[in-house]
Amino acid sequence: MNINRIGAARMQRIWTPVLLALLGLSAWECAARLGWISNLFFPAPSSIARTFVELVLDGTIVGHLASSGRRLFLGLLLGTLPGVTLGLLMGWSARARSFLDPFVAALHPIPKIAILPLIMAIFGIGEASRLVVIAVSAFFPMLINTMSGAIQISPSLFEAARNYGARGLQIFGRVLFPGSLPSVLSGFRLALNTSLLITVAVELVTARQGLGAMVWLAWETMRLEQLYAGLALMALLGIGFNILVRWLAYRLVPWQEDREG
Amino acid sequence: MIGLACEQLAKIFPGRQGEIRALEDVTFGIEAGAFVCLVGPNGCGKTTLLRLIAGLTPPTAGSVRINPAIMDGRLPAAMVFQDQGLFPWMTALENVAFGLEAQGVPARQARARGRDLIAQLGLAEFESFYPYQLSGGMRQLVAIGRAFLADPAILLMDEPFRALDAQVRRLLQDELLALWERHRKLILYVTHDVEEAILLGDRVLVMSGRPGHIREEVSVPLARPRQGLGRDAEAVGHLAGRIWSMLEQDVRLRMRPAL
Repeated sequence: MNINRIGAARMQRIWTPVLLALLGLSAWECAARLGWISNLFFPAPSSIARTFVELVLDGTIVGHLASSGRRLFLGLLLGTLPGVTLGLLMGWSARARSFLDPFVAALHPIPKIAILPLIMAIFGIGEASRLVVIAVSAFFPMLINTMSGAIQISPSLFEAARNYGARGLQIFGRVLFPGSLPSVLSGFRLALNTSLLITVAVELVTARQGLGAMVWLAWETMRLEQLYAGLALMALLGIGFNILVRWLAYRLVPWQEDREG
Repeated sequence: MIGLACEQLAKIFPGRQGEIRALEDVTFGIEAGAFVCLVGPNGCGKTTLLRLIAGLTPPTAGSVRINPAIMDGRLPAAMVFQDQGLFPWMTALENVAFGLEAQGVPARQARARGRDLIAQLGLAEFESFYPYQLSGGMRQLVAIGRAFLADPAILLMDEPFRALDAQVRRLLQDELLALWERHRKLILYVTHDVEEAILLGDRVLVMSGRPGHIREEVSVPLARPRQGLGRDAEAVGHLAGRIWSMLEQDVRLRMRPAL
């Protein structure tokens, strides 16, 4: 009976939002068909869906998605690797932390999109600049989360490892890195969202291809179905990222008591 | 043969309101293969003493010597902590094998030996559990297993059963005694529980309040093996009374608020 109740709770957790969403969409559909709201600004969900399918079939969405995806992936890679490395270093060594912390504190609060002009002045108008801005936006959450994760590892665990004769690389690989991993993952979750945001923002401003560019073009040509289709795609991406991070947490930190959230 | 010798050990910590003299003139020796318990009032520097012997902190004065004959290329001292000694990201088996792997034993070999030991401890079905999935008693058993498997010259235990309830503690005391009977390692076991000290040790070192020094050594004339011992209540009670009379004044002093 207990199991049944848990099952019922889970069903409720999944289906309640789905039902609510369906309800909202039907209300929107009716309002649009009955002409209560402007079809120009609020086209019916069914026509947005139709546009979406068309855009998928004629390859438009695939092309934009591929450009954005490539940017996001490379930018994340460029930002995450140095972010994690430096975060581990700063978490491990108090000296490195006291030396680098002022720089992090000064640079971190700058909205990353605001450095795009500077980056373009340095790297030129092109893909390199976009990647650098995305990388910078991923770098800080990775750095800060990794560092705080490394700091939070109980000193007695380092002591135990040393007591058994572990040194240098062993301490790094078996204590510092695995101990920081949960925070690295929560940093990655933040970095994914920030990078998606910055990717779209950069594309709105500078690119011909990519989700941001697609949405901008739709606005310029007043094809709002396409605009909504772009937004829906971004929402789907966000959901996909969430699932990805959960799966990563499930695979990489099976030892954590609370893996939800 | 003396395995561990501490001579005139002292430890002074610098503090904001003057220095804290944690240990003063601590001198004792322990024979190779002996199980010796250390009791003393809270805050008398028992843990500090273990940390000095483990080499985790340097002494202010005096020396710790481990007989080269029992070292023989081994790790000098392994410590079992009160709690939180296990790595949360390693399974029970990985934790047990860690002590060997850290010393450079190849992982496969270390884990094979770890598996044997875990089976001896009756934890075979839990070898792939993570610490959060184990009970407090199992965790401490794994921590003790890790220390034994690392095969150090001496084993240091800092109230390993402190957080456990009395029944589980009794079971683990038996497991610990059984392990010790098999391996005959030199163990220095810190506790504030006088009865536990008597039950486990060949000898009991009684420490004074701060600054801690060895007030007296009491030998325990109970027969071994002592596992599941009907626990000769009369002899234990008598000894406990004697040891308590040595401690009582320090504990009373300790209880009074500082003026």
